[in-house]
Amino acid sequence: MKLKKTVLLGAVIAGLLGSSMASANEEQFIGLPSYRVGPYAAGGSGLFGGWIDYMQLVNERDGGVNGVKLTWEECETEYNNARGVECYERMKKKGSTGNSVFQPVSTGITYSVLEKVAQDKIPMVTIGYGRTDAADGRVFPWVFPMITTYWSQASAIVNFMGQKEGGMDKLKGKKIGLLYHDSAYGKESHAIMDKLAAKHGFEVIKIAVAHPGNEQQSQWLQIRQAKPDYVVLWGWGVMNPTAIKAAAKTGFPREKLIGVWWSGAEEDTIPAGTAAKGFIAAGFNVAGANYPVVADIKKHVYGKNKGNMEDKTRVGSVYYNRGVVHGIITVEAIRKAQEKYGKGKALTGEQMRWGFENLNLDDARLKALGATGFMPALKITCADHEGPGKVKFQQWDGSQWKVITDWVDSDRPLVRGMIEESAAAYAKEKGIKPRDCSKES
Amino acid sequence: MQFFIEVLVGGLLSGVMYALVALGFVLIYKASGVFNFAQGAMVFFAALTFVGFQEVLPGWLGLEADSSVVFWLAFLLAFIAMIVLGIATERIVLRPLVNQPHITLFMATIGLTYVVEGLAQMTWGANVRGLDLGIVDEPIAWLMDNYEIGVSKFDLFAAGVAASLVALLALLFQYTKVGRALRAVADDHQAALSIGIPLQTIWRVVWAVAGFVALVAGMIWGARNGVQFALTFTALKALPVLILGGFTSVPGAIVGGLIIGASEKLAEVYVGPFVGGGIEGWFPYMLALAFLLVRPEGLFGEKHIDRV
Repeated sequence: MKLKKTVLLGAVIAGLLGSSMASANEEQFIGLPSYRVGPYAAGGSGLFGGWIDYMQLVNERDGGVNGVKLTWEECETEYNNARGVECYERMKKKGSTGNSVFQPVSTGITYSVLEKVAQDKIPMVTIGYGRTDAADGRVFPWVFPMITTYWSQASAIVNFMGQKEGGMDKLKGKKIGLLYHDSAYGKESHAIMDKLAAKHGFEVIKIAVAHPGNEQQSQWLQIRQAKPDYVVLWGWGVMNPTAIKAAAKTGFPREKLIGVWWSGAEEDTIPAGTAAKGFIAAGFNVAGANYPVVADIKKHVYGKNKGNMEDKTRVGSVYYNRGVVHGIITVEAIRKAQEKYGKGKALTGEQMRWGFENLNLDDARLKALGATGFMPALKITCADHEGPGKVKFQQWDGSQWKVITDWVDSDRPLVRGMIEESAAAYAKEKGIKPRDCSKES
Repeated sequence: MQFFIEVLVGGLLSGVMYALVALGFVLIYKASGVFNFAQGAMVFFAALTFVGFQEVLPGWLGLEADSSVVFWLAFLLAFIAMIVLGIATERIVLRPLVNQPHITLFMATIGLTYVVEGLAQMTWGANVRGLDLGIVDEPIAWLMDNYEIGVSKFDLFAAGVAASLVALLALLFQYTKVGRALRAVADDHQAALSIGIPLQTIWRVVWAVAGFVALVAGMIWGARNGVQFALTFTALKALPVLILGGFTSVPGAIVGGLIIGASEKLAEVYVGPFVGGGIEGWFPYMLALAFLLVRPEGLFGEKHIDRV
């Protein structure tokens, strides 16, 4: 009888210990389809470095999210669609609850797995790239093109030009050159720029640059001949420094050359040397290491020699900080979802989707995170998977980026109208019945 | 008319930049009869090694980063790195493939491309670097003021470098013992060996010279667009140049470059707007394809006659 009691007591203690051990060992797996080699490695190493450093910060400083440690694994895509899909498949079953979110950091890979994520119930977050009309969450419940989309960006750039000219009405009769990467990414700008041109009465001169864009003499001769008031640089990779240098060569003022967020990093300006001085670019995050969130990374992560960046001088660069933004959004979605599904528990993709859809990073939360001014406040809803649609503008002073504006709004009614129209056409084509958001909780 | 001249001159000068990369292809092809797919990767490797040494040497030697000693030492060390790469390629890749069909050697150079690209980024990191050769990329003021024609000083400098390299290589091939041996090796490996030409030495020499050409091309392209992975894409610009000029002709690379450069710029400016623009990427290939139908060996290439 005594032996029986002892065995039972032992079993109960073992059970309790086991359950507490399980709780202590809860882990949230995040698959990272990174690109650290190949043509776009410079940007990839910065972005994924910042992202990993932020997750490391949460583990080191806070002990994870409510005790749930973040784990991750990188899968090299080399920015290649086929490899991206392979990485998606390889990672989706990893971790105790599978890969809970997929963030491909590539528009091509986004399109390749667009339908798969819905089948596998894994949310896909595309911050500053991907399919613009996926911002209509009624049609695309599993896709989150957060913070801002290409169409919002184009609209914010035109608003910025209006500010510079002293009012939107001053844009009437102006000429705006659009130097774009001759790809689906570059052509994403056409429809919105045409709409904005019709609304504000300016002329858009579209000039294509063939990939990779390391030769732009003829394009800039055309620009010189057309004499535009501004040129929007919708570039990627080597196309950006080449454009900046060619602008200098043809005497086009760099203060009138406005880059998109994939044209506005140190990797775009440093190779252009002195020619880049004065160049302006949009960004949904800013550069700089003087934000508390970056200071915390330096203290808690690099202070313990656990930093991801080999070149520590890149901490605080545009791409690095963009990675930190990816980290913040991912971690905050986990935190939000845990509020509903249980604090201290690892989440499935489906639960994470709810977290993203109910994300609310208001000014107070951004302040608590040490990210005031670092990224815009963000509120996601069932219908709106984009959020603020705002950008700041930064100017290269010859050695670093300087923020020159507050958050600049896009033309929300116009952009949202285009998004809904395009999403409705997609829904019709694919036979999708849009969700009724009033029934979502 | 001024605009036309500006487009034409700009195109011709761009063509010289393409020819600079094409020269490296010609050298290897002449020596081994193989199209070296890794030439673009070599341009990247050479330029990255040069700027890499430029970064580390001041710390090692306690010198100013912009001193001429650092520049020339970095150049020398990058050249030595290219020689080492050439010797390693000969020993590891080419030597085991002597007398194999040309397609085998070609496939080997595809593999070599990935190794060289990876090696460059592994050694020096993936960061994009600027490169300042001290020549400003701005129009010559006199031409601009008097004729409103913008001709870049940097492009003229690049043209001068390319012309000097071509002259040097043409002399090497035509008037030296090594040059004749190179041509013999290109013709038939086994026959060259049978008359006592040291095949391995010749290959090492030619890969080292191709490495030197890659270094010069990489520095000029790197100064223009930054030292980054995209330097490997310069090879894409050299292909139609080679088809036009001929794979075995050094002067052909220059003439081919001039034709491609001028025609692609003129096409982009005058034809592009009617077809949506961005035709610069494929137009040279179309031109080269049309040329292949008329003269498969290129303008200056050796006509290949088989006895049947």
